[in-house]
Amino acid sequence: MRKTLWIVSVFLITGLVLAACGGAAPAPGGGETVTVVETVIVEVPAAAAVAAPAGYGVTLETVKARGNLICGVNSQVPGFGYIDADGNFSGIDVDYCRALAAAIFGDVSKVEFRPVTAAERFTALQSGEIDVLSRNTTWSLVRDTELGGNFVHTTFYDGQGMMVPADSGITSLQDLAGGTVCVQTGTTTELNLADVMASLGVSYTPAVFEDADSTFAAYAEERCDAVTTDKSGLVSRRTVLSDPSAHVILDVTMSKEPLGPMVRHGDDQWFDIAQWTVFAMIAGEEFGITSANVDDVRSGTTSPEVMRLLGLESDMGLKLGLDNDWGYNILKLVGNYEEVYNRSLGPDTPTYIPRGLNSLYTEGGLLYAPPVR
Amino acid sequence: MQESAQQKATIPFWRDERILNILGQVAFIIGLLFVGSLIYQNMKAGLARQGITLTYSFLNGISGFDISETLFTYSRTSSYWQAYQVGLLNTLSVSIVGVVASTAFGVILGVARLSTNFLINRLAAFYLELIRNLSLLVFLIFWYLGVFLKLPRVREAVVWPGNIFLTNRGVGIPWGLPTDSYPTFRLILIVGLVLAVVVFFVLRSYSRRTGRAPLTTLWTFLTVLSVALIGWFVLPEKPLAFDAPVIEGLNMTGGKVLSPEFMALTSGLVLYTSAFIGEVVRSGILSVSKGQVEASRALGLNGFQTLRLIVFPQALRVIIPPLTSQYLNLIKNSSLAIAVGYPDLFYVSNTIQNQTGRAVEMISMVMLTYLLFSLITSVFMNWYNQRIKLVER
Repeated sequence: MRKTLWIVSVFLITGLVLAACGGAAPAPGGGETVTVVETVIVEVPAAAAVAAPAGYGVTLETVKARGNLICGVNSQVPGFGYIDADGNFSGIDVDYCRALAAAIFGDVSKVEFRPVTAAERFTALQSGEIDVLSRNTTWSLVRDTELGGNFVHTTFYDGQGMMVPADSGITSLQDLAGGTVCVQTGTTTELNLADVMASLGVSYTPAVFEDADSTFAAYAEERCDAVTTDKSGLVSRRTVLSDPSAHVILDVTMSKEPLGPMVRHGDDQWFDIAQWTVFAMIAGEEFGITSANVDDVRSGTTSPEVMRLLGLESDMGLKLGLDNDWGYNILKLVGNYEEVYNRSLGPDTPTYIPRGLNSLYTEGGLLYAPPVR
Repeated sequence: MQESAQQKATIPFWRDERILNILGQVAFIIGLLFVGSLIYQNMKAGLARQGITLTYSFLNGISGFDISETLFTYSRTSSYWQAYQVGLLNTLSVSIVGVVASTAFGVILGVARLSTNFLINRLAAFYLELIRNLSLLVFLIFWYLGVFLKLPRVREAVVWPGNIFLTNRGVGIPWGLPTDSYPTFRLILIVGLVLAVVVFFVLRSYSRRTGRAPLTTLWTFLTVLSVALIGWFVLPEKPLAFDAPVIEGLNMTGGKVLSPEFMALTSGLVLYTSAFIGEVVRSGILSVSKGQVEASRALGLNGFQTLRLIVFPQALRVIIPPLTSQYLNLIKNSSLAIAVGYPDLFYVSNTIQNQTGRAVEMISMVMLTYLLFSLITSVFMNWYNQRIKLVER
């Protein structure tokens, strides 16, 4: 008799809970059942809050409500994303974050830099831990689709290279047969290396590391005969090796590496803002607007397109969901593409990389901004 | 019926503690399932928002990356699933080497710690205290960057007697290459193993019959060894040709090259875990009451016999449960391989996760695999513990 009672109560409670889960009418009161149902009622609103649907415009609202932009950056590659001894971030990827903050807030200090490793960057973006990923990330098909991200626009056209000690006598990839190559995990570099070596029929051993620092530390200890990453990365990391002149970058380009910022799928407005921030910087260079002369240009220009970019005519900023002087803020507070480039990778920096493909289309490069209209 | 009616009259079911207990458990399980399904649904919704669905079919895709250390043939055209297996086997090999070596070293440390020799005792105590207070991650990085990468460059390799090459590309040791007579030798080894089992049972029944205590384990081991040695020298051709490493071009070839990553990880794990095992062994030995030792000496057993027949069997009962935890720790700690670049299970999974973006799938697989490793280890150790524990009557 008692056993039957137990079984009946178990069924009763299970039924009640299932009914409550299904969003049925409030459970009838009486005995322990009430306690169980109460637990359920507490859980439901919490879950609803977590599962709030994201979509058009949500990222901008979130960022504005929070009061700052969270930008996933590199902290180990001078010239792109680097944190110096004083804790300051610098590099063109970092300046992009500042430009985005300038477009949204008109204030470059309203950005929080969050260093992410190559391995964790996409998860950080997917999970909403960062609003935008600006960390020398190569645009590729898988990342554009399965990884749930959208590449905004290429901010640096790069190619993969190979660095070896100058006294090693290695001048080509074939010379690396039987050797060991240091490479960073979770990168397109790792895949290109395997691809290129397989197509050349060169057998080698990879030594794979978690981040740039450990990759280059192992290379510096001569754990490997060569180290591979994007050429820009090699140039930049060579400056922090103990004797930069003792290392040469081979004259081979193993891949195309278009590097640029990335945002999450599903928020087109945010994508537009991120994209037009890049275009504003490129257009700024095209029109000769710099952070130094932007105020003069603004008061003296007669070009309608410049007026639209600087928010004097039409309402381009409002169309993006921003203030109308978004373009002015970017150019005033951060500068045009050339300024940003020269600050980090120009001739006066230890990480000097000639503009090459990263020149304006008018100078034979690939930089081209769509019309601001 | 009347009786149960009477019971019902005395204790109504909502006040019956036994019923309430069961109801409580049921409520808890339902709550747990509910929260779990909420979390799962939330995750699914989050992934769906970004157009990502949960699937494991990507495991059949071509991995596209190379792995430095593999126990079977693997190339960039192998599948992600094969890459996962590479990592799995690498974790297994580190774990097995680690468990065996740290047990051996730990027992020595534990006994040394109790030695009456002042110097040995103090040295062991110093070592145990030093290691147990270090962080394992720091310790591993020390072994990698501070020891194995600081070995001489390949071109200046130091050669130790026995053709052992020390370089910062790894430690090269001679390794056997099977020759034509290897299959025959393998048969001889099987015969040796069978003989050893026979020896084991004969000695055990002899011990039970007469009450004497022969060195069963030692004799069993010696049987295998001697059969193997006889086979080795009787066969016309040596079953294994020793292949010594040589420096060729950029790297060592031939022999067996133990990579600095593997060496750093295993030495770090072994030296670290053995310190804890040393303390476990010490506490086990100390738990055997002094009277047992005195009684054993009074019966005329010598020091070694006392340790082997009286102290160790009793100490084992105390040692096994914490030892199991140390084994589990070692297996799980091996995932710190990521810090020194050794391609273990966690590392390879991380790479797969990066190249495919399948974070949830990979993490779930890794968690299940470690869970499985741990369960198998503890089931085995519990079985062993059951077997050796004090028979209570």
